[in-house]
Amino acid sequence: MEVPILKQGHYLIASIQSALTDADLSQLREALIERVGRFRARGVIVDVTALDVMDSFAVRTLRDIAHMARLRGAETVIVGIQPEVAFAMVQLGLTLKGVSTALDLEEGLLFLDHQAQLRIERGSGRIDRG
Amino acid sequence: MATKGKDAQAVPPDPQAQSESTAALLRELVAHLRQNRTQLREEWARRITRAQLLTAMTEEEIFAEATSVYDNYVEALETGTFEALQAYARNLSERIIPRGVETHEVVGIVLLLRDVLARSLFAKYHGDFDKLNRILDAYEPAANRIANTVAVGFVQERERIIRQQQEAIRELSTPVLQVRERLLILPIIGVIDPQRARQLTEQLLRAIRTNRAKVVVIDITGVAAMDSNVANHLVQTVEASRLLGATVIVTGLSPEIAQTLVTIGVDLSEMATVGDLQGGIEEAERLLGYKVVPQEELTPKA
Repeated sequence: MEVPILKQGHYLIASIQSALTDADLSQLREALIERVGRFRARGVIVDVTALDVMDSFAVRTLRDIAHMARLRGAETVIVGIQPEVAFAMVQLGLTLKGVSTALDLEEGLLFLDHQAQLRIERGSGRIDRG
Repeated sequence: MATKGKDAQAVPPDPQAQSESTAALLRELVAHLRQNRTQLREEWARRITRAQLLTAMTEEEIFAEATSVYDNYVEALETGTFEALQAYARNLSERIIPRGVETHEVVGIVLLLRDVLARSLFAKYHGDFDKLNRILDAYEPAANRIANTVAVGFVQERERIIRQQQEAIRELSTPVLQVRERLLILPIIGVIDPQRARQLTEQLLRAIRTNRAKVVVIDITGVAAMDSNVANHLVQTVEASRLLGATVIVTGLSPEIAQTLVTIGVDLSEMATVGDLQGGIEEAERLLGYKVVPQEELTPKA
């Protein structure tokens, strides 16, 4: 099943609606990375609220998306990880190191807005914290 | 000579014949117990009161329970099956345990009944010693099994209740509290075993979701000791919370725990730690963009 990717301002939102096969995940990764360039997106949100299982391939793909998007100039945030999924992931050692996470879509958007603001402020030299 | 020797040898009892005679004796016994039901039951209830057992119950209650126990007892003797008695014992335990009835009381009343019945058998058969012996041979094993069944049923029921209460205590022992919008604190007190650590994490993750928390302060001032298992669990909790978008600050590590953790080499680099709960909450407020200012400092400016 293909994951719909929505454009919202400077951000891309991919909302996963059902369990995905490995092929679907790879396809999602490619589509997102391609669109980051096409839409000049500054942020990517991947919503995994609907997933109640997450295997190592899915976690690795999410991490890859985040790293690849960063190389293309967009910040990625994963939103909506379920408590049980989070617990299982940590027990398996799949901790998404270096990838930003947020509670839900709303928080994810706020986080990206905040990041963008920091970037702008830092650029104009008005703020000196990292 | 040879034949004579053979005759003199004791004939081993035929097991089937023996069990049949046991059954017949038990039937006779049951008939006797049914006949004298009222009298024996009253005697038993009297002796329970005299021995000051079941003090938590009134005399009427004791008599009512005595009646059903007596009937179940006789039925178990008659049928040789203990399921009904077992179920009754469990049911009885369920009712009387909350009223503070102790194990020795339950065992005591069953042994009293055994005594009352045995005495009545002595009285009935004291003329025929041989018969008395055979009746007792049939009665004693069955009576022992009944006593056993009731006692085990009671203890099992008690253990079940204790387990249930332990579960409840565990639930209560890990409150997740909201101190400000989007800021939770989780004070941990006492010993953390793997099971509690797991439950703690689950509860915290659920609370993060329902309260939409951004920062969580875990205070472990009340934790006396920590081993590598528990420390790793704590690290896992911190990471799982981060996956839900919440930052965790751990506060109140005692000097002993700090030393242990460094000595055993747990990797705590991912964990934000602050000395005490106050510092942790202040740090959390800073992360959330709050600033707490005393009133006096505000008024002159206003």
